[in-house]
Amino acid sequence: MTTAVAEPALEEDDLLPAAADDQDIPVPPGAPRALLGSLLAPHRRRIAVAVLTVLVQQATLQAGPLLVALAIDRGIPALRDHDAGPLIAVTAAYLGCALVATLLQRSFIRYAARINQDILLDLRGRIFRHAQRLSLDFHERYTSGRIISRATSDVDTLRELLAEGLQELLMVCLSVGYITVVLCLMDWRLGLAALVSFLPMYLIIRSFRRRSQQVYRRSRTAVAALIVRFTETMNGIRPVQAFRRESANNRAFDTVNQQSATATADGLLEMARYVFLSRMTANTWITGVVVLGALLVSDGSLELGVLTAFVLYLRRLYDPIDQLAMFLNSYQSAAAALEKMAGLLAHEPSVPEPAEPTPLPAATGKGREVAFRGTRFAYANGKEILPEFDLVLPAGQTTAVVGATGAGKSTLAKLLARFYDPTAGTVTLDGVDLRALTTADLRADVVMVTQESFLFSGTVAENIAVGKPDATRSEIEAAARAIGAHEFIAALPDGYDTDVRKRGGRISAGQRQLVAFARALLADPAVLILDEATSSLDVPGEQAVQHAMQTVLAGRTAVIIAHRLSTVEIADRVLVMDQGRVVEDGTPAALIAGEGRFATLHQTWKDSLV
Amino acid sequence: MAENQNPAPPTPAESNTPSTGDIGSSPESVPRSPVRSLLRLWPYAREARWRIFGSMAAAGLASLSVLAVPIVLRGIVDGPIAHHDLAGLWPLAAALLVLGLAEACLFGVRRIIVARPLAKVETRLRGDLFAKLQRLPISFHDRWPSGQLLSRATSDLFVMRLFLAFPLVFLVVNSTVFLTGTVLMFTLDWRLALITLVPAVPLMVYTRRFEAGYSAASRLAQDQNGDLATVVEESVLGIRILKAFGRHRTMAEEFRRHSAALRDTELRKAGLLGNLWAAIVGLPELALGAALATGAVLVAHDELSVGTLVAFLSTALALRWPVESIGWLLGFAAEAASAANRYFEVMDEPEPADVPPAPRGAGRYPHSGDAPADDRGIRFTGVRFRYPDAPAGTPDLLAGIDLHIRPGETLALVGATGSGKTTLTALLPRLYEPTAGSITLDGTDIRDLSREELRREVAVAFEEPTLFSATVRENVLMGAPNADEQRLARALDTAQAGFVDRLPEGLDTEVGEQGLSLSGGQRQRLALARAVVGEPRFLVLDDPLSALDVHTEALVERALRQVLSDTTALVVAHRPSTVLLADRVALLADGRITAVGTHQELLQSCPAYRALMSGESELEGALAR
Repeated sequence: MTTAVAEPALEEDDLLPAAADDQDIPVPPGAPRALLGSLLAPHRRRIAVAVLTVLVQQATLQAGPLLVALAIDRGIPALRDHDAGPLIAVTAAYLGCALVATLLQRSFIRYAARINQDILLDLRGRIFRHAQRLSLDFHERYTSGRIISRATSDVDTLRELLAEGLQELLMVCLSVGYITVVLCLMDWRLGLAALVSFLPMYLIIRSFRRRSQQVYRRSRTAVAALIVRFTETMNGIRPVQAFRRESANNRAFDTVNQQSATATADGLLEMARYVFLSRMTANTWITGVVVLGALLVSDGSLELGVLTAFVLYLRRLYDPIDQLAMFLNSYQSAAAALEKMAGLLAHEPSVPEPAEPTPLPAATGKGREVAFRGTRFAYANGKEILPEFDLVLPAGQTTAVVGATGAGKSTLAKLLARFYDPTAGTVTLDGVDLRALTTADLRADVVMVTQESFLFSGTVAENIAVGKPDATRSEIEAAARAIGAHEFIAALPDGYDTDVRKRGGRISAGQRQLVAFARALLADPAVLILDEATSSLDVPGEQAVQHAMQTVLAGRTAVIIAHRLSTVEIADRVLVMDQGRVVEDGTPAALIAGEGRFATLHQTWKDSLV
Repeated sequence: MAENQNPAPPTPAESNTPSTGDIGSSPESVPRSPVRSLLRLWPYAREARWRIFGSMAAAGLASLSVLAVPIVLRGIVDGPIAHHDLAGLWPLAAALLVLGLAEACLFGVRRIIVARPLAKVETRLRGDLFAKLQRLPISFHDRWPSGQLLSRATSDLFVMRLFLAFPLVFLVVNSTVFLTGTVLMFTLDWRLALITLVPAVPLMVYTRRFEAGYSAASRLAQDQNGDLATVVEESVLGIRILKAFGRHRTMAEEFRRHSAALRDTELRKAGLLGNLWAAIVGLPELALGAALATGAVLVAHDELSVGTLVAFLSTALALRWPVESIGWLLGFAAEAASAANRYFEVMDEPEPADVPPAPRGAGRYPHSGDAPADDRGIRFTGVRFRYPDAPAGTPDLLAGIDLHIRPGETLALVGATGSGKTTLTALLPRLYEPTAGSITLDGTDIRDLSREELRREVAVAFEEPTLFSATVRENVLMGAPNADEQRLARALDTAQAGFVDRLPEGLDTEVGEQGLSLSGGQRQRLALARAVVGEPRFLVLDDPLSALDVHTEALVERALRQVLSDTTALVVAHRPSTVLLADRVALLADGRITAVGTHQELLQSCPAYRALMSGESELEGALAR
């Protein structure tokens, strides 16, 4: 056996740092705030209405104790003088206020929910569309799990803040504000005494915020570690059991589990400390004010009813302190989520739409000419994959590209499909630079089938129809038949209508690839790129596909990338690549007859068949 | 009194998961009483029971001290103030202060004493779940998407812990406070008490009814959220396809539809919530207004002191929370019960029986020398298998496999896609159990070995190479924790995994979800190294070279041949090159082994094999073109 090709220095997908955290997406300073601003801006008017509603609602709600004071100080003496008027008026006012407060509360909740939901709808849509716009190099770095959590759990965190946190904060602020004003108006001396309590309260809240922030970070890290360990074990349960990793895993899980328990308990203790300190302060203050009030009443400078109202108000004043702590907690997680979402949204796609698109010349039915001119490609870290590269693929030609892993074959295909843009030089389709084409034009004409064959949830037919959404059932079946996929599909429990995610829908990797082929065929592109698209097929499957290809590829330009040499047989032309360069170029027969790498490889392969 | 929401564990995207309804033993299918479900938490909560009772006591006392405050206020108003007797003010003020401090301390204590114990309860529940899941058979994991399991390990446990910390305590405390407060109000003035209590009953009934409607809407919202997550997940996982076909707009439309549906449900929830809050705020206020008017009339007629009226109104205000809370506390309890159901649903799954592992050194496992020559090696006898979820009426996937792999022999298993090759290999380490028939290793039925022993003898490399978040070294040494550096180097060498030297940290580079991402070929080579590092006596390789390029494949094959020379091995092969590793080949078709022989023999004698491996005529034709 000959060693024809040197082991590639490093494979091309190598060493992409699989970002374990979000540091690889720089968040521009101020982006989270700007994002929040742009989300709220369209609803400015409605938010104003909502605030106004709460303003009035709180006014009516907080009038209660004041009316109690009136009832005691005015209503009762008047009644003793046989004048029921004031008491009736006060009672009516009390009931009226209660009623108005109730109705306003109800409409505020509904109205605020509408605003919240519109904001969330907007945000979800933005993240979704943005993720779809971002280019593939981004998707390769930023794992799918993280994009998914941006669009789901992070949005949920913000939803919690909007739905409960902000609403509550608004109410807390307003009620504190109102009560303070009322207290000062009722009696400035007592009001001032109550105001002084804000200082220790502020200090307590500030210290809670600082301390719980640290605990919160620890807890988030611990939970994340826990989730990774858990998911990894469940997804890899076969090797876990086969290699008897259970007890080692239990020990490792126990460590992260304990860390998470410690962080959880620390969080609970911080809360306990806060509740203790704030209650202590509030209750001490209440006692102080009651004593002061009693002194004032007894020397006649304060009415009894006012003191009663004052004490009732005072208790209400301190009631929302606990809610404030809850708000701080949900604010912390929402701020973190907002930052991550802003980071994602601030990331610009590296493959942008053209400002002034150029249309393609009319289709000839013979495929299109593809040309690479002075094309270079390097990763952002400077590692060059494709040194300067020139290549013309005439319309209608089927070209096979072979070479070791890391030779640059896949990069070539991805540049042609415009999953990436070249670092220098151009890739053209019938003379038009790919960068000048609209996505719609480009995708209608250039289709790539890759090794990975993801199936969307839905039926087999729907999965094939991704290639052409308005395809009829007979078109779908024809595509499946052409590629040799019809037999296995027909044998599924519900045939073409089998749900691929449901029971009995077990579809093997090879069968998935056939579905992917049928999908590409249905799309009927002028340029078809097959990137290791037959790697999971067995030999008969691969042959059936190749047989079909000979008819299917007529009238198309095709680029076939393969590890397996059998694929090469149907090509008009073979390119052997090594370290980003074409080292051999010719018809299969000519290359086999020669003495180059391809001839050696081919011989090795032929030997294995005998 | 509001409870903190500790940083909630991120709710896992219940992605691509069939809703629980899809899974055999769905919790909804067996209506269980919430109390009974919650009682199952007792064994776990037991060790924290005194703390929980202590927390209840502290919360109860704190609430009672809150209730006592109005009484003291009455004393101040009716005593020192009314009689201008300032000397009498001080003891009462001191009492007020003591009550206030007691309340603060007790509420603090109530949280402090349960913080660590309850976190520990949650940890134990989670640890037990994790261990249980690792013991459950692969067939269980086939049915349960990991997202479903994760949500049990995180959000469900969170709900259960919160229940023990808060609703459980306050269900007891608030009922006590409510009863005490009611008695207190009746002692203060029974007429006012009656007026105030009028809305309590409809309010409780209403909140109960609300819970029913609201939880239905919540469940719908959760499902819709899951659907939305699925769309997001698929749009990300299938991004290459969507981009390749320019189909992102179709997906965006789908996304818009789902998020709009979710929005409608959320608005419906808000509507219900609005009504609830209106009732909660409005009804008691109206009753209080009526009580105020009545009270004032009574005071005017000197049937009631001003102090009593003030005390009464304060008490009534203090009782609002216990009344309002009952509804949602019950709702929370129901939620915790359903979380407990979901948790125990997994914990109740039967575990496969296992024989206890033999003491070290005294293995029951006969060494090859002891067994009669005929029994040595791996023998499948009449093995049948079907997946438990296979549609009725389909034939068994494996329908009577008889196969003998001689000791030291390498046997290649070939067959068309979907013929059950991978399934057959999974039976050997007992990842699945045959429906019928037996498998023996050197004459010993694998069911007579503990799984631990069996899996020590049989090493596997899977087609889908999985690396864990750990260093390269740890990943490979999973196959033999005690192997020395030399054996490690030899295994890496065999698998042609020389690339590890060029990784940033060499063998100590972190890989997996949290580390460096490796290409499919690299992962496959590490998985292969993992399988051979222990120099196992029995080796199962499931298409171990599929992701390698021709050149590397050739190198690996050459090295493997050495390793395989004295190992009994079963190798699943798709391609002729892999078949060449083997001494003999077995062809799997229609659930049976239809032919066994050397590659050459089968090429000549078996048309089906020839078709599977080459189809030479066509090839020649293509070449001649």
